[in-house]
Amino acid sequence: MMLRRPLFWLILLLAAVFAWLPKHGNNVALREDLILVAVAIILTSNLNLMIGYTGYVNFGHIVFYGLGGYVGLYLMTVRSWHLIPAALTAGVAVSVLALLFGLGILRLRGAYFALATIGVLEAVQAFVSNFESWGRSTGMYVSFESYVPMGGPKHALWLTYFLIIGVMALSLMLSLGIRRSKFGLGLFAIREDEDAAIVLGVNATLYKAIIYSVSAFLPAVAGALMFFKNGMIDPSIAFEYMLSLEGIVMLMLGGQGTVAGSALGAGLYERLRSYLLTSPRLSAFHLVIAGALLLLVIRLAPGGLIGWLHRLVPRSREVIE
Amino acid sequence: MTDLLQVRGISKRFGGLQAVADVSFNLGEGEILGLIGPNGAGKTTLFNLVNGVFKSDAGTITFLGKDITGRSPDQVVHLGLARTHQIVRPLSGMSVLENVIVGACFGRENQSMREARATALEVLERVGLADRANSSARALTLAGKKRLEVARALAARPKLLLLDEVLAGLNPTEIGQMIALILSIRDGGVSVFMIEHVMQAIMNLSDRIVVLNLGRKIAEAPPAEVVKNADVVEAYLGFPDIVDKLRGAQ
Repeated sequence: MMLRRPLFWLILLLAAVFAWLPKHGNNVALREDLILVAVAIILTSNLNLMIGYTGYVNFGHIVFYGLGGYVGLYLMTVRSWHLIPAALTAGVAVSVLALLFGLGILRLRGAYFALATIGVLEAVQAFVSNFESWGRSTGMYVSFESYVPMGGPKHALWLTYFLIIGVMALSLMLSLGIRRSKFGLGLFAIREDEDAAIVLGVNATLYKAIIYSVSAFLPAVAGALMFFKNGMIDPSIAFEYMLSLEGIVMLMLGGQGTVAGSALGAGLYERLRSYLLTSPRLSAFHLVIAGALLLLVIRLAPGGLIGWLHRLVPRSREVIE
Repeated sequence: MTDLLQVRGISKRFGGLQAVADVSFNLGEGEILGLIGPNGAGKTTLFNLVNGVFKSDAGTITFLGKDITGRSPDQVVHLGLARTHQIVRPLSGMSVLENVIVGACFGRENQSMREARATALEVLERVGLADRANSSARALTLAGKKRLEVARALAARPKLLLLDEVLAGLNPTEIGQMIALILSIRDGGVSVFMIEHVMQAIMNLSDRIVVLNLGRKIAEAPPAEVVKNADVVEAYLGFPDIVDKLRGAQ
């Protein structure tokens, strides 16, 4: 079933290109560019599970990424765990926490839910900023010993890169898999009309809690990997509210509710942002441009780039999901 | 006739309004039970209590011998009790076919996507929407949306179907088609409990009729007897002493 879907092969191709390009020729600068694109795709495609599939706007999605980073770095530096089990444990821990949060705040709908997600982000950040074991507001640093089992920093960074590309591919596969599953159908029904979905037999409370938890897993794994690569974490970079908002811009730009849209929007926006941030004249403007972009998309192409493509070429719906 | 549904003394109060008060009735297997009453009598509220959208303040509801009082609508559907909405609620962003697949997937048989697709196509054929399967649910006419409501509920393979004013707003031809459909549903072994304002239709369709007024059951009888019942006539047509009656009820 999955093997017959063109997007499945496109995702594999994308991951292969991402992995091969910088490694071939040992281009570290390109690797650093692509890793940011990969993380943007991971965050956006998992955010899409909530916003695009279920119709619940999560303004605090970045909290999963930051918490994953904290749990991962704690296990690696304080507990001396290897990167891979630490990242996986971070994913599981944050998913379980998300399930608990979800059962609480998913009773809310619409704007109230969106506000509660901001509350979760603020509360977690405030907690972490005062948590002794995680270094309060100064955070944690990766010590040099952490690289030793991976054959030194150089190898460790390449390993981290390939793992992040793997998580990116998994994120897109997850979205693709859910999209045509019965579980996905239940989510779409909730998005269209939650009360009607319940009357049709969808256990909305359970479905929402599961998808909220699932949407936390891979971002948390990515957070553990990414903050390990950066060598440090502190509350202000781990829980950057702006990144949460930019995730929503990326999703709207590419096309919410579609797998290809989340990847396309993340890729385009991330490249644009990197260009603006490094351009001497425009660096202060990047959020102005993000805002203008969001307004334009909502006004002119509410379905984003992929939605626009689907309207132009209706048959593309089956291929570019 | 064995009882499929037993409702005993259910009530619902919204603030100062007693929407449903101490209502009891039975519904037999293979029966079409009508529910009528003036506007605001509590008919839709009674439906919402039976399928679990609202929790009853008192009383019990038994379906297929199981106590379903306080169960949520999605659990009730799994047991085989499906319903339609008076104000149609299509899943607008999805196709007609997908709407019905949702009904089949999450219905009594908990079908897989593949089975659900087959069920949905069969049900759409039956309600006369097969040619619209791939169009957006949003694009249907009101009559089409009413049929879609019935199709989604039928796809759940229910034992009992609650129909909330499926004839309202339809033209005479469409009413005729819908009546034929309801009869065929009953002949297929599904019991029907229906709210209707189109009197001629409900009088012809129903085996028995329950009449509500101001939240209370004022009659329960075959159609021929209901039309002669003094309380029913009074509730619908009004009598000089109706004002005193209303004051008394408050």
